[in-house]
Amino acid sequence: MDPDTTLRVDGVTHHLDLDPRASLLDTLRQRLGVMSPKKGCDHGQCGACTVLVDGRRVLACLSLAVAQDGHEITTADGLSEDGADHPVHRAFVEEDALQCGYCTPGQVCSAVGALDEFARGWPSAVTTDVAADPELDDAEIAERMSGNLCRCGAYKGIRAAVADAHREVSR
Amino acid sequence: MTDTDMTGTDMTPALAPHAIGRDLARRDGAAKVRGTAFYADESPVENPVYCRIVASTIARGRAVSVDTGEAEGLDGVLAVLTPATAERLASTSDAELAVLQDDRVGFRGQIVGAVVAESFEVARDAAARVRVEYEVAAHDAALSADRDDLYTPDQVNPTYETDTAQGDMAAAMASAPVTLERTYTTPMLHNNPMEPHATTALWEPDRGAGALTLYDSTQGVHPVRSTVAAVLGLDEDQVRVVCPYVGGGFGSKGMPHANTVLAAMAARAVPGRPVRVALTRQQMFSLAGYRTPTIQQVQLAAQRDGALDGIAIDVVEQTSRIKEFAEQTGVPTRNMYAAPNRRTTHRLAALDVPVPSWMRAPGECPGMFGPEVALDELAAELGMDPVELRIRNEPDVDPETGKPFSTRNLVACLRRGAEQFGWPGRDPRPGVRLEGGWWIGTGVASATYPVYRMPVSTAVIGYSGGRYVARIGAADIGTGAWTVLPQIAADALGVPVQEVEVLIGDTEYPPASVAGGSSGTTTWGSALVAAAEQFRGKFGADPHEGDEIEASVPENAASERFAMHAYGAHFAEVAVHADTGEVRVPRLHGTFAAGRIVNPRLARSQLLGGMTMGLGMALMEDSVLDPRTGHVVNHDLAEYHVATNADVADLRADWVHEDDPHVNPMGSKGIGEIGIVGTAAAVANAAWHATGVRVRDLPLTLDKVLPPA
Repeated sequence: MDPDTTLRVDGVTHHLDLDPRASLLDTLRQRLGVMSPKKGCDHGQCGACTVLVDGRRVLACLSLAVAQDGHEITTADGLSEDGADHPVHRAFVEEDALQCGYCTPGQVCSAVGALDEFARGWPSAVTTDVAADPELDDAEIAERMSGNLCRCGAYKGIRAAVADAHREVSR
Repeated sequence: MTDTDMTGTDMTPALAPHAIGRDLARRDGAAKVRGTAFYADESPVENPVYCRIVASTIARGRAVSVDTGEAEGLDGVLAVLTPATAERLASTSDAELAVLQDDRVGFRGQIVGAVVAESFEVARDAAARVRVEYEVAAHDAALSADRDDLYTPDQVNPTYETDTAQGDMAAAMASAPVTLERTYTTPMLHNNPMEPHATTALWEPDRGAGALTLYDSTQGVHPVRSTVAAVLGLDEDQVRVVCPYVGGGFGSKGMPHANTVLAAMAARAVPGRPVRVALTRQQMFSLAGYRTPTIQQVQLAAQRDGALDGIAIDVVEQTSRIKEFAEQTGVPTRNMYAAPNRRTTHRLAALDVPVPSWMRAPGECPGMFGPEVALDELAAELGMDPVELRIRNEPDVDPETGKPFSTRNLVACLRRGAEQFGWPGRDPRPGVRLEGGWWIGTGVASATYPVYRMPVSTAVIGYSGGRYVARIGAADIGTGAWTVLPQIAADALGVPVQEVEVLIGDTEYPPASVAGGSSGTTTWGSALVAAAEQFRGKFGADPHEGDEIEASVPENAASERFAMHAYGAHFAEVAVHADTGEVRVPRLHGTFAAGRIVNPRLARSQLLGGMTMGLGMALMEDSVLDPRTGHVVNHDLAEYHVATNADVADLRADWVHEDDPHVNPMGSKGIGEIGIVGTAAAVANAAWHATGVRVRDLPLTLDKVLPPA
């Protein structure tokens, strides 16, 4: 077994002996009982397992848990420190940006990560002028959220929710 | 909506809407956005172990030996199930569920073994070390309309007549001034809910010998219970099935598949340990059902004014040699448009392929593609507007049965949808609008979906702690049942919706029908209304703590007198890149007539979701089965493309006000499936209008739409 690994998950520190083959996703779900990130494909193709690692969005199924030693992992359930809903949570419910809910925690983490990337001025594939500060329009949101599949087809609501949350956090 | 949109009869549904019609947020939304709503593979059990499937790598033959030695030698492996060692099931009449009962292989990907281990990693490793020797038999996995072994099923899903004929279609084709005969195809399609099919199984001797609990990802806990109990030889009351949340299904979770039975078998092999079985995404392409590919020969016979003399559809599709599923692809043609002569037929090829099943709007979804594109071709031939051609063929009564429609507002959908889309004044010529390097076009198609009411569903309503709590084993597969059932119960009880709770998703509650056929709200809602009426009748307006009553969904006598369907009109704008053939859909609008809308916010999500899945069907979804191996070669989400966020542009769903007093007390018709029905045809018709290239074989990939150089 691998040497002791320390993971901080939603503010809780865990010291673990890990099977070096264990993905971050399976470790969260099966070792720690943290079920918020979902397994949709286990191949990095759907985005349902998206979590934030030190604030950046990461596909937990493509990440080995032992490689996250010492890192801060945040799931959709751990997004706000005081237990209250995050603005992205509220916007997703209000805009009905979900149906079955299975892709939703990944969408929520992805939205938080995407808004942070945008705030840092990172361009996307649809940003026409990469030197300018991009405007977060519908096309920008759609592009930045397209790594997260939703088979229920809640994309329109997801875009509206991300826009709502952006307005709220940047107010 | 305004009063001028009133398009019903002068009668209104029985239930006065107060909570019904309100734009309430999803009750389970807060748990779902945090990820705390639990699904089958994360059900609350102690100390679970993990089961991994060994799948056949041949399409037909025998797994003559399964060598488990190396797998069993791994630390952490608890059991390896093979055809030789697995328990014998009580019933093997359903070959799909007869898991590991003999060594025969009927399709590639079938279960030939399974490993149970302490960890997921060990189970996966061990499954890869199980050595299977096959005796390979010649297989046949190629669908074609020319096969000489096509057969006529006894009926098509669920219980429709296989073939119908009225008048003389051949004579109409011989005598009509304008005729059209074309072949259209839709590919094999996979439901691919985001949550892979999963089951957690636990035998609980403390509850009594043979007591089994299944946390199953299903559209119906009671149907799973009855099926699994029969397969395992248990009484139904020995089996509990729990499923409060489902990560999508779209039909694939409407009936239990092999994973559910395997989980029960695997758990029995490791007494005292709950077993989790989750299909991999790849296994979803062989073990979870799919939409059969269809070959549709459509005939239209018309007068020059557009009036149809005849309409016919002859369908060829596939089923699995081990278990029949007959898609009712031809059924919507039976009553969509007026025509004195009509014919619908279904023929099947039984192949060595996985077992097809339900996928969102079986029948209507693939079956409206061919006819709705054919009508577009006929409109072009006649020089008629495609909206007007459809209106020209609006029937006064159901053309098949002669019954009046309870309500039928297809024309209202077409007119209102056309107006909102900006259709009037459209230049009908194809291939003449080149804008910024993109060919632009618009298209229309109609949609329909029947109003189904299932015969079995029971609700209990009780009064407790100042609140009304109803229980019914219904399912919320993302449709909103957790939210809309309280709205219905509140109006039936005459109380504010916040005073009502409806508990679903557990066989501990009274039996409920499957969430399928867009029947959930009609069926469960009717049971709730019946229970509420009896509750008030017995206990009055001021009940005591603990008062409780149970009632079941009544039969609907009106269904004998009326044809009941929802309708819709889809309008699409398509842009085709002149150099690359890339197809985009800048606008996709749907207008629907589906009775009273119980919750506009959630209803819009259902309709938009159906249209989005239809967009995927139109542009990209295509399960490529290699007939040489019987293998769906693009068996994951990197290769089987579904619509992404960036594929969806200006997407809108709207509805006309419709008061239907006959369908059920709520006046609702069901909205889970109709959104997908006309989408692909509208997009295909718009692509033709953009380019002049008529695509009759889905999906509309760039190789098909690129205009000839």
